[in-house]
Amino acid sequence: MNLYLLAPEISLCALALVVILLDLFIGRKWILGAVSIAGLIVPAAFTIALWGTNETSFNGMLVVDQFSLFFNLFFLVSTALVLLSSTEYASKFAAFRGEYYALVLLAAMGMMLMASTRELISIYIALELTGISLYALTGFLKDPKSSEAGLKYLLLGAVASAVLLYGMALVFGLTGTTHLEGIKAAISAEGLLASPALLMGIVLLVAGFGFKIATVPFQMWVPDVYEGAPTPITAYLSVASKAAGFAVILRVFYEALGPVSLDWSIIFAVLAAITMTLGNVVAIWQTNIKRMLGYSSIAQAGYLMIGLATVSALEPGAIGSSGPSALVFFLACYALTNLGAFIAIIAISNKIDSDEISDYSGMARRAPLLSLALALCLISLIGIPPTAGFMAKIYIFSAAVDYGLIWLVIVAVINTVISAYYYLRVIRVMFLGAPLSEERVPSSGALRAALSFACLGVLVLGIYPWVLLRIAEAAVRMFP
Amino acid sequence: MPPEVALAIFLLPFLSFVVIAFVIRPFLNNRPQLSGYVTIASIGISLLLSLWVLVEVIKSPGHELSMPDYQWLAIGDTAIHIGVTLDALAAVMLIVVTSVSLLVQVYSQGYMRGDPGYPRYFAFMSLFTCSMLGLVLADNLLFLYLFWEGVGLCSYLLIGFWFHKPEAARAATKAFVVTRLGDFGFLAAILFLYAKTGTFDIAELYVLAPALLSATALTWAAIGVFSGAVGKSAQFPLHTWLPDAMEGPTPVSALIHAATMVAAGVYLVARMFPVFASSTEAITTVAIIGGFTAIFAASMGLVMNDIKRVLAYSTISQLGYMMLGLGAVGVAVAGGVLEPEHGLMLGVAVGIFHLFNHAFFKALLFLGAGSVNHATGTFDMREMGGLRKAMPWTYLTFLIASLSIAGIWPLSGFWSKEGILAHAWESTPILFYLAMITVFMTAFYMFRVVFLTFGGEYRGQSEGSHGLHESPLVMIAPMVLLAILSVVSGWLPISELLGGESHSFFGALASPLAWASLILAGLGILLAYAIYSKKWLSAESLRQRFAPLYTLFSRKYWLDELYESVFVVRILIDGLFAAFHWFDDRVVDGVVNGVAGGTVAAGRGIRRAQTGQLQAYGLAIFIGILVIVACLFIFD
Repeated sequence: MNLYLLAPEISLCALALVVILLDLFIGRKWILGAVSIAGLIVPAAFTIALWGTNETSFNGMLVVDQFSLFFNLFFLVSTALVLLSSTEYASKFAAFRGEYYALVLLAAMGMMLMASTRELISIYIALELTGISLYALTGFLKDPKSSEAGLKYLLLGAVASAVLLYGMALVFGLTGTTHLEGIKAAISAEGLLASPALLMGIVLLVAGFGFKIATVPFQMWVPDVYEGAPTPITAYLSVASKAAGFAVILRVFYEALGPVSLDWSIIFAVLAAITMTLGNVVAIWQTNIKRMLGYSSIAQAGYLMIGLATVSALEPGAIGSSGPSALVFFLACYALTNLGAFIAIIAISNKIDSDEISDYSGMARRAPLLSLALALCLISLIGIPPTAGFMAKIYIFSAAVDYGLIWLVIVAVINTVISAYYYLRVIRVMFLGAPLSEERVPSSGALRAALSFACLGVLVLGIYPWVLLRIAEAAVRMFP
Repeated sequence: MPPEVALAIFLLPFLSFVVIAFVIRPFLNNRPQLSGYVTIASIGISLLLSLWVLVEVIKSPGHELSMPDYQWLAIGDTAIHIGVTLDALAAVMLIVVTSVSLLVQVYSQGYMRGDPGYPRYFAFMSLFTCSMLGLVLADNLLFLYLFWEGVGLCSYLLIGFWFHKPEAARAATKAFVVTRLGDFGFLAAILFLYAKTGTFDIAELYVLAPALLSATALTWAAIGVFSGAVGKSAQFPLHTWLPDAMEGPTPVSALIHAATMVAAGVYLVARMFPVFASSTEAITTVAIIGGFTAIFAASMGLVMNDIKRVLAYSTISQLGYMMLGLGAVGVAVAGGVLEPEHGLMLGVAVGIFHLFNHAFFKALLFLGAGSVNHATGTFDMREMGGLRKAMPWTYLTFLIASLSIAGIWPLSGFWSKEGILAHAWESTPILFYLAMITVFMTAFYMFRVVFLTFGGEYRGQSEGSHGLHESPLVMIAPMVLLAILSVVSGWLPISELLGGESHSFFGALASPLAWASLILAGLGILLAYAIYSKKWLSAESLRQRFAPLYTLFSRKYWLDELYESVFVVRILIDGLFAAFHWFDDRVVDGVVNGVAGGTVAAGRGIRRAQTGQLQAYGLAIFIGILVIVACLFIFD
């Protein structure tokens, strides 16, 4: 047992506890936010110090490899951006600001554990740690909409957990182990390749994890929850929670269920096509920008799942791992883009007190830089160069083309074109519409810092994706 | 010549866009005229640099400059390079784009004066020019496609420039959606070619595509590329957006119709010509679509009453000519009649030479229409007439452009049209006859415009003819320059530079073909003169005599109605989208509304509504699982 391997998670947990304790003594609550953000440096430092490690501990339950370290950093950066965008928003909460920050940090810890475990029970516990923190955060505003969203998320999350557990139980029952490597060995050894029960288990796992990443038909909670939740939490859900889901799916399906990849790859391919189409088509009709981005994030999950579908298409012994690396790269690009969009929306909506797209009319006159940043992020979500979204799409589409999933790429390209309609509509309203009032929309320094970081990232990844792409490739190298 | 020159040509307009959008518009909004100056300066320098490039290209052996390229992306084993093509084709296109754009920008200073969106207009115009220049310079399909979409986006913004007018917003959306239909095919073809050959590089594709693809695959890839050109160049059946695109400011129409946007489609076919010419089926398709579009669009131009609509159909028809020119030579190459070595360059020369000449006289025609509109406030020719007295300069330049487009010797239109007709005669006789009829139609509809607008007496109601005035110098000067170009551009050795035939100034009149087309054009002008100037024939009685044809033409073959009612609206929006909308609206939200509406106590209502909704959501999860399992077991 090497506790040092757990240092990022432990320090994050300690940070959450420190924030709760400070909350008891400190009157000026902004300090809590500052401490939470600054404190993230510690787990980040530990993660970087561990860079290059490849070890398992706690009887194989914990694994520290390039994949988990990459996702550690990913979650820490997303969390930092979400916290930065929360500092001003948190004034909406009557009380419990300390708990708000602590819950965000604990959710981040759950996500980090999700990416760094190789065992079904630990995966489940990490998933629930994340989930329960997020349920509470969703209902944090305590107005009817937020409470309704929190309750809905909780109940449907419980249903999804039950389904997931059922799937895990089936897999355990068939293979006699909860360790991913053991499951893989047992599938080959005991001739379970064509077992209908294993297939059933796989479908249930897809459904359980599918809830996390919001794929059709497990996406119905998304619009309601995204609309009701505090906007920084919506951003958190749409980026970090989704990414954690993808990390777990990569681990479980690639490591444990690799031998039966033919079965699940087709599920992911078909679900990807349906998910992106439904997300994009319904997004066209949305008038509320948070709801629209909710459907948009469903569509983006569809694009991401192309990466899952191509993971399995890799023939044994073939060179290159562009499927999973494209997925991981896409996740990073999507995270920066979507966080950027949400941060801009937080800044604008805070001041005009509305999430209706029509109220964004002429926003370019009232808040030129915020509008420009939002436009940049929306352009990146469409996938127009020179933005990160373009590079991400290029890589994931070309991975799919390489593996022969041409039909899926065609569907995705058509979807991209459809999606341009509703993203561009927002840009049009902002830049061409008449302003509803002449009042300027100011924004806080923290928001501006977070937004600048996101937008800079979007542009850098759009023009020079190399560094991150190499890291992404290294992160997935340990997959066979 | 340093390679940076080529980059500067296209970066300068981009710089102008950045300066206007981020400096002038936010900070110097009280001095909007600055944005016009910045645009003109940047495009002016681009023009000078383009001339430099042209001279270098002419001097270089093989008329091609080799430029360094940079690796931009590596996907797997393949690397994508950013590079620039500088051959005769690119150099000629650079001149067309920068010169027409420059003159249009100068003219716009007068036309757009006082418009509240003045800086925005010039910002978009700069970006539009920049995208088109990038498209011309790109040496690989991926970048070409990026700028291709950039051109599409800018045209959308500019056609919808007066977005508060519902027709303008509608026309902009229509242009965007209709051209997008063609772009599907183009993008699919790019990806397909890449999948098969592993390269986006155009020069490599010339060799690799015919070598690695089966004949059928090559045909489909070429037709996919062509479908993009059909959308952009408004060829049948995707032509419907261009006539509506006149809702934008008139200088925008001039730019779209002459040098950017529609020229992109023809340029694409020319750039990919060796690939097209490797497939008989594909290049025949190009020729047929081009020949058919030429006469089809001309027929609609015969009866329009809006001056810009006549010009729009005329553009579609002329673009059809260019496609026909490319196609006719290509058919000869694919059929083995012409040596590829000579034929490939000849085809490009025939098509692009007409594009070059057309750019000047069509830009001039639109600027003339804008000038007329400036004076009369309308585009309806029924409310014009007699303008030649009030607007002598506009009249004179418009007349020159009309003679040029009608193909009258020795104006520019004559030379390039003769080339197209001659090659159509050799390789595709049926299309040649259609093209000859089109010559007659073109002369007729252009002079119908001339006589209705400038001849006779003023028919406008709003104000007397004393209110009419010539446009300011800033508008007239570009028109005069374009008029000079409309005369002499055909005399320039553009065709030779591109590897085509040379022309002899008087020798051209020795060919019977030239006489045949001149006589047809003359008859067209004469008929227009008889009907609209001398009124020997009554337009009204002719209309009644040919009522079915008149209705067919004036209703544009009902294609707009067909597309909008059947295709776009009914199937796509009304059908599919509404189904999803209905699902979201009724099934998801309806559970809430329906249950809540029926309950008396609000609290109980909300609780019940939530329960109902949650059940629906939960149910969806389980139905989803069942469906997946069922599908797996059924299809496994």
